[in-house]
Amino acid sequence: MKHIMAVIKPFKLDDVREALVALGVQGLTVTEVKGYGRQKGHTEIYRGTEYAVNFLPKLRIDVVVTDEMADEVITTITTVARTGQIGDGKIFSSTVEKAIRIRTGESGAEAL
Amino acid sequence: MTRMKCISTAGLAGLAVAVTLAPALAQDAASAVPADSAYVFNSFSFLVTGFLVMWMAAGFTMLEAGMVRSKNVAMQCTKNIALYSIAGLMFWVVGYNLMYDGVDGGYLGSFTPKVIPDPESDPGDYAAASDWFFQMVFCATAASIVSGTLAERIKLWPFLIFTAILCGVIYPIQGAWQWGGGWLSEAGFSDFAGSTIVHSTGGWAALTGAIILGSRAGKYGLGGSIHPMPGSSMPLATLGTFILWLGWFGFNGGSQLALGSVVDASSISRIFVNTNIAAAAGVVAALLLTQIVYGKVDLTMALNGALAGLVSITAEPLAPTPMWAIVIGAIGGVIVVFAVPLLDRLRIDDVVGAIPVHLLAGIWGTFAVPLTNDGTSFGTQILGIVSIGVFVSVVSGIVWLLMKATIGIRVSAEEEADGLDRSELGMEAYPEFGQGTQRV
Repeated sequence: MKHIMAVIKPFKLDDVREALVALGVQGLTVTEVKGYGRQKGHTEIYRGTEYAVNFLPKLRIDVVVTDEMADEVITTITTVARTGQIGDGKIFSSTVEKAIRIRTGESGAEAL
Repeated sequence: MTRMKCISTAGLAGLAVAVTLAPALAQDAASAVPADSAYVFNSFSFLVTGFLVMWMAAGFTMLEAGMVRSKNVAMQCTKNIALYSIAGLMFWVVGYNLMYDGVDGGYLGSFTPKVIPDPESDPGDYAAASDWFFQMVFCATAASIVSGTLAERIKLWPFLIFTAILCGVIYPIQGAWQWGGGWLSEAGFSDFAGSTIVHSTGGWAALTGAIILGSRAGKYGLGGSIHPMPGSSMPLATLGTFILWLGWFGFNGGSQLALGSVVDASSISRIFVNTNIAAAAGVVAALLLTQIVYGKVDLTMALNGALAGLVSITAEPLAPTPMWAIVIGAIGGVIVVFAVPLLDRLRIDDVVGAIPVHLLAGIWGTFAVPLTNDGTSFGTQILGIVSIGVFVSVVSGIVWLLMKATIGIRVSAEEEADGLDRSELGMEAYPEFGQGTQRV
């Protein structure tokens, strides 16, 4: 099983979710995060004083899928979450040792 | 020909008859109104405009709540409801009579509580209690100005002690000099609704407090750097400003001190127009100026601009033409846009901009009176500005310093970082949001 972690622009969430559902992904977890890569922050101004905002809001999507699905999921997220502007985000994938469904106790690929 | 509206209340019948007999715009219309009707209307004016000014307490509360960070919101609300209440008590216990009872061209009234008469024997041109109520809410307004500037690092009880002294002693004494018939009014000083008496007085007390209390931790860094601490709720700040704007119609309109004649009604109407247009000019001036200077409009400056326009016109809302009111209000807005960053450069930390809005615009508004009121002079206006400024600053400074040296006026660094809600009140304004403990 592979754990795919993607950091994307927040407004892309619905598109990514729909595309993954269409692929057959059964669930995912979303967290609000802040980050920057080569897209630096920006400056804001409050009552005459400028200040730097270094981190931008992003969404982190965590999904665990079977080895067979992993490449397709990565390609799909890449395509759907891309805008072409800097700050589109990144995807990481790592191997998952165990997976359990709490309600039934199923493990392995059946738990996904 | 002015249009006269008929309002349907029993006591109005006499007034309506008298008014149709009198020429619409004549000065002698006042003598045609029956005395009973004049008494009723005068009292009514004090009561209605008085509770409009009371509503300004809600305005200040919401403005301040919106301009402080979430961890200090409940404390700001507490300070505001407490100070309004303390003002109401102190102004009865000693404030009103100290300001109005037997001043006679002097410096002080009497240190006695106000007696509220039996309705069966309440002679004069208006109900005595209506005047007490109206004056009390003005005192409360002065106190609320101080609360905004000193937010996010002051201890609750020392602030409330200062409020009690401001409402019971400082405000009434300087008020006695002018509205109480004291030496300043005899000198010819003019402050129709309180640009100096209320707003600058609150502003001076706030300024001395801000200097003695010190700035918020982290606000000013090394090498002159400034770290903004954006307010937690722009909607609350905006709502608060609109509420203050509404209340100001009572603040300036009620200061006509009568509604017993055609001239009074026309005057109050003119005051409403000038009050509104000055605020509007202050907003537009701030919008244009922030756009030009910073490349972006700043909502909080626009809100301050409205209030600065209101404060500026408060010293003379009757005499100006609408065009003059626009100029006076717009200059108030300009003052605010430049004064806010200037205070930061001087490292005077004013969380809501009360010093530019109330002190500086108050000085401007008071100074500007002779521009439209021939019966005044710049010299006497400056006399009033300076004498009241010195008195309020010195006495406030003494009170702040005494408290600082004895009970302390500032929370500890750790308490300030935690937020006053948690350290002074043991509660949270938004337990389920942000960093709130009930969020997970």
